[in-house]
Parts: sequence; C-alpha cells; structure tokens
Amino acid sequence: MHAIPLEHGLLLAAALFVIGLVGAMTRRNLVFVLMSLEIMLNAAGLAFIVAGARWANAEGQVMFLMILTLAAAEVAVGLGLIIQMHKRFKTIDIDLLSRLRG
Amino acid sequence: MISLFYLGSAVALIASLLVILQRNVVHALIYLVLSLLAVAVVFFTLGAPFVAVLEAIVYAGAIMVLFLFVVMMLNLGQASREQERSWLPPRIWIAPSILAAALFVQLVLVLPAQDMEITEVSARAVSAALFGPYVLAVELGSFLLLAGLISAYHIAKR
Repeated sequence: MHAIPLEHGLLLAAALFVIGLVGAMTRRNLVFVLMSLEIMLNAAGLAFIVAGARWANAEGQVMFLMILTLAAAEVAVGLGLIIQMHKRFKTIDIDLLSRLRG
Repeated sequence: MISLFYLGSAVALIASLLVILQRNVVHALIYLVLSLLAVAVVFFTLGAPFVAVLEAIVYAGAIMVLFLFVVMMLNLGQASREQERSWLPPRIWIAPSILAAALFVQLVLVLPAQDMEITEVSARAVSAALFGPYVLAVELGSFLLLAGLISAYHIAKR
C-alpha cells in the first residue's frame, strides 16, 4: 500500500481545528458558532482516524463514531436553543444574549 | 491515492476557511458540506472506508440538513446580512487570529515526524471492536442520543 507522512495528517487536523477555533471566537451569530464547533469536532475526529491509520487499528474509528454521536446530540440541543432564543429575543447575537435572564 | 489525500486536504482547508469568512448563512452551510465531504475523501485515503461513508451520510447528510431546516425556520434575510457586515469589522479578526496562530505553531512543533503505511481497516474490524470491548460505550452513546432527542424536543417546543 501507499505511505503518507503521519505529520501531514495531523497537520491537517490541527489546521482545521484552528480554523474552527477562530470562527468560534470571532463570529457573533450563534449559527456560525455552532458550525465552527462542528469543524473543531470534525478535526478532533480526523486526528483519531490518522492515529488509527498509523497503527492499522480499529480503535481510532470507534472513537470517531463516539465523536459523531456527540456531535449529533450537541447539534440537536444547540439548534433547539437557537430556535428558542430567536423566538424570545428576536436575535441570535451572542453578545446580546450574555446576561442569562429568562 | 496520495495525491487524492492532498487534494482532499486542500479542499477541506479552503472550504473551512470560507465557512468562517462567509456572511450568508446558507452559503456557509454549503461550504461546510463541501468541507465535510472533502474530509470524507481524506478518511477514505487513510484506509477508513466505513467512517468515510458515515461522515458523508451522517455529518454531510443528516446534521447539515438539520442546520438547513433551522436556518430556514429562522428566516434570516437581507437585514441579517447587513447586520453581519456591521458585526464583523476586520479589526475583530486580529486578536483571535494571533491567538489561534500561536496555538497552531505549538501544535506543529509537537508533531512527530514518521511515515505511516496505510492498510485498510475494514468495517468488519470496526464492528467487531464496537460490539466487543466497546459495547458499553455504544450503549452510553445511545443514551446520549436519546437524551439529546428528548431535550431538543422539549427546548424547541415552547
């Protein structure tokens, strides 16, 4: 089979994670923040897959499935919260929603 | 295969950058789908075809459709695009980008340098691991999904 340098795969994971981090820190729209979280979770899963490929092991893919489950649950709850905030406050700007008063 | 890996990586990086730079939510979502599909290609070249298919079906399919429905329910129109423009002046990007770049440099510095021989790990091996030593984790994952389902229903209902 072919060989790919391990550091290139991990480099891709790190770059994707950092891109998601910048998005989560800069955007004020809650939908964009959730999308950045998705990018970060995906990057973490990619790191697991790369490590699993390095040792030709199934455990990396098992961990990716766990991350997939977590991402699905997190997105469902997060999007429900976004809908509720949009109903109550007519905005999804996180700077305006920072006071936590019901 | 190797060129496919680098092509997928480049597409994933560019699409992810476009996601966080985009002002229109729907365009950002489409770019996110592109990024996830590119990552699925990367998974395939890394010898994980089962996970590549799951990434395409679950992530790029189900989760993104969920996002799309919510964006359509929120009905963010032209006004929100103007708002995004006022929310995102270029100076806002400076400090987070510097911090993230510092983190990236740290991550690059600790990366080990070695070659890996790609051998395919089949769906059979993954399933055997899932329902052998990790069966408790699978059960807990189903609990998590059920809790997410119920709480999302409850939160979005009223």
